Amino acid sequence: MMAPHPVNHRKQLVVVGHGMVGHRFVQAAVERGLTETHDVVVVGAEARPAYDRVALTSFFEVGADALSLLPGGAYDDPRVRVLLGTTAVGLDPEARTVLLDTAGGGRSVLEFDELVLATGAAPFVPPVPGHDLPGTFVYRTIEDLEAIRAAAATATVGAVVGGGLLGLEAAKALADLGLETHVVEMAPRLMAVQVDDAGGATLRRHVEGLGLHVHTGATTTAVLGETHVTGLGLKDAEPVVTDLVVFSAGIRPRDALARAAGLAVAERGGVLVDEQCRTSDPHVWAVGECAAPGGRMYGLVAPGYAMAEVAVDALVGGDGAFTGADTSTKLKLMGVDVASFGDAFATTEGALELVYSDAVAGVYKKLVVSDDGARLLGGVLVGDASAYGVLRPMVATATNPGIALPENPEELILPVTSGAGAQVALPDAAQVCSCNDVSKADIVAAAEAGGTTRAGATCGSCKTLTRKIIEDWFEAQGKVVDRSLCEHFPLTRQELFDVVAVHGHTSFDAVVAAHGTGRGCDVCKPTVASVLASQLNHHVLDEGARTTQDTNDAYLANIQRNGTYSVVPRIPGGEIDPEKLIVIGEVARDFGLYTKITGGQRIDLFGARMEELPAIWRRLVDAGFESGHAYGKSLRTVKSCVGSTWCRYGVQDSVQLAIDLELRYRGLRSPHKLKGGVSGCARECAEARGKDFGVIATEKGWNLYVGGNGGATPVHARLLAGDLDTETLVRYLDRFLMYYVRTADRLQRTAPWVDSLDGGLDRVRAVVVDDVLGLGSELEAAMSRHVGGYFDEWKATLDDPDKLRRFVSFVNAPDVPDPHIEFRSERGQDVPAESAGPVSLGATIPVGAP
Amino acid sequence: MRTDRDATTWTTICRLDEIEVEGGVLALVAGEAVAVFRTHDDEVHALSNYDPIGRASVLARGIVGTRGGVPYVASPLHKQGYDLRTGRCLDDEEVRVATYDVAVRDGLVLVASGPPHA
Repeated sequence: MMAPHPVNHRKQLVVVGHGMVGHRFVQAAVERGLTETHDVVVVGAEARPAYDRVALTSFFEVGADALSLLPGGAYDDPRVRVLLGTTAVGLDPEARTVLLDTAGGGRSVLEFDELVLATGAAPFVPPVPGHDLPGTFVYRTIEDLEAIRAAAATATVGAVVGGGLLGLEAAKALADLGLETHVVEMAPRLMAVQVDDAGGATLRRHVEGLGLHVHTGATTTAVLGETHVTGLGLKDAEPVVTDLVVFSAGIRPRDALARAAGLAVAERGGVLVDEQCRTSDPHVWAVGECAAPGGRMYGLVAPGYAMAEVAVDALVGGDGAFTGADTSTKLKLMGVDVASFGDAFATTEGALELVYSDAVAGVYKKLVVSDDGARLLGGVLVGDASAYGVLRPMVATATNPGIALPENPEELILPVTSGAGAQVALPDAAQVCSCNDVSKADIVAAAEAGGTTRAGATCGSCKTLTRKIIEDWFEAQGKVVDRSLCEHFPLTRQELFDVVAVHGHTSFDAVVAAHGTGRGCDVCKPTVASVLASQLNHHVLDEGARTTQDTNDAYLANIQRNGTYSVVPRIPGGEIDPEKLIVIGEVARDFGLYTKITGGQRIDLFGARMEELPAIWRRLVDAGFESGHAYGKSLRTVKSCVGSTWCRYGVQDSVQLAIDLELRYRGLRSPHKLKGGVSGCARECAEARGKDFGVIATEKGWNLYVGGNGGATPVHARLLAGDLDTETLVRYLDRFLMYYVRTADRLQRTAPWVDSLDGGLDRVRAVVVDDVLGLGSELEAAMSRHVGGYFDEWKATLDDPDKLRRFVSFVNAPDVPDPHIEFRSERGQDVPAESAGPVSLGATIPVGAP
Repeated sequence: MRTDRDATTWTTICRLDEIEVEGGVLALVAGEAVAVFRTHDDEVHALSNYDPIGRASVLARGIVGTRGGVPYVASPLHKQGYDLRTGRCLDDEEVRVATYDVAVRDGLVLVASGPPHA
């Protein structure tokens, strides 16, 4: 007999709002098993699923796709449904229903057992005359940014009302869009909430140094203009003439739904919730910016995430509580580090301030310490926030005594000299990742269990500290964390690259004599050989370089299991004419080579004996082929689809670009092999996103993706920059590849390299696109030297008797083939026959004398 | 190097300067494929060319260097190291390749073609 369960005993949980916090709530709900008992319906007003609003400004460079937190638009858990373009317009807590309004105009009613409000906040627009004139904008959604970009196309001046964190972001965006930009702030300094007067002044110098106009202590009285914005009226000051105005003067919780439903709201706005994030109705919850735990709203993502976790915890029966949040901030604004943490304004009774200021370098650092100098209470860092990772967890709070300061606390903010600064052990309870509330103890526990934490997964600012904690733990276990290349070099590959560049070494012997010990090995020799080849563009078989090459580079072919080699001529972009195809066929036939089409759209010829390689290449070079570098840690192929020339869907000529890129980067020696791809439309037939660099055509140009690979751990390349013209694309690619060649570890493909950088893809974008290191032209020049110095290694080898001399079977019997190499036939072609052990030709074979 | 000249015939394989410093050549010695290496201090060593782990005749094409002071060649197939003096595999105690006696006389490299030291 069937158990007497009701037909449908699953409950329904509705989440209103699909921003960062709503998304986090759903993730946590899936992780914590809430979907075992509840079906989840997420209602999002915007047309797209949750995206990274913290990084909103990067939309201009990377486009909307790269910001998405849910690129497929659906969760893996089928019990979660996402309704986008849908607004909740009514809430009835009694009946437990919400009224939905879809973008198409339809209305529907959704029942719930539990409701979570994650409606976020709306920009505050001061109600001054003209605030809604055409030409006024806010800065909150991707649509807002699209509208600003469109308006900027015909404008020359822009003004931002609000000089806080978001206002400066918006101002940077306007400046990047080519506008003369004004920042109008009512407070006497920029970022008034986070930094003090002196920090604000330092920040102002940086901002003005970038060419922006800053007006502080300036109250906006009106937006001027008849039919469109013409200016901004200020109290007691000249008006600012401008073509567009962006309001970024704070945010207000979106609490209208709760207000109308009669739920309790805080005095200053926000849905009032208890420590479990429950509203005045026991089945309605609120998290993120729309909520006001204890009457206070938080306009940061980390507290919102914490609230989402707490609410899920309560729904699965836990007793977690949200008791306030760390509002510490660290960010990079217009290339300037700004951090503020703890009691930044020294409001604690008896608090003392320690200040380090270097106006020339544009650095301002302040520590706020307790009256006895023993505890850190807070601080402000402008211009150099590198100490933030160490300082913030030291801060004493009501629940955490922090860490005792060292004898000379000023060393924590002085410029790092003889190892001074920040050698302080963190207590286990110290919170390392504030975005995801991960403590040092959590990280150590994960290291012990071989697991992972979410530390560093959101803003990434704690990655360096997290890595250090893990390394310290391994060291404490007696495990040596050694990043040196091998026993001969106490350097990483990147450091080796730098010393070679600085000292101008041209040989392995010189490098090992100056920076290493002993005679080198099969690890450091090929690494140094690759570094030298990247910088010198010399022939890898030149005198002195030859013996440091792996066998593949040493014989310019790929060794196979029986000691024979395979030969791969370059076929740029995979395009080949019939005459050349015939030559490859004839060469393969004449030398008895096994042929196979590769994944990179070319043809591999297997089974060549080492001594046959020059004769094979003579034929190929004569027919116009060149080395395909299949043997090198270097560019392999740039795969392409057939593109707009033939394909009825193609929007750009992908074959031409693939050929151009392959010919540009051919022969570039790199830390690992490099592959590229170009697709002529979004259908992506070239599988470009599976490559180290992938280019996909758009209506307006090219999208550039980086850091993809196939293999054991497939990774999709991620968008670096969108809608580029060909010239910009090539410039970014030059920089990207050279940056990789210079800084990656040995045998590190681009994907793990990007991940290894502090800041990940954002860092790559900062260096390659924004050129924050000012390295752009140097990287381009290095690539230009490579391109200009390129020559075909095989042709040069055939022209040099000294290089050809080594291509013999036996030095004392050049005409005798090595008897170990034997073949058998399979599917009509020769394949290796395994040899069981050393083979003797017998003593009767005549031996040639030298 | 053995001095028991009676049991040994010597095969001249090439001039010393035909072997690059920290390089190797392949020689045919009484029908056997023998890899002959020259170290940075001009020591010359000879091993069977057959890599018993990679099961192919390739050792002469490996990179020559030192590991912990031991002169060795790394197999070009899977990088196992072999001590140039003893043939002992540095990555697997069970594995060893045969060694041959070598001499350098008047700038010529000679390899003993008696039975190898297994």
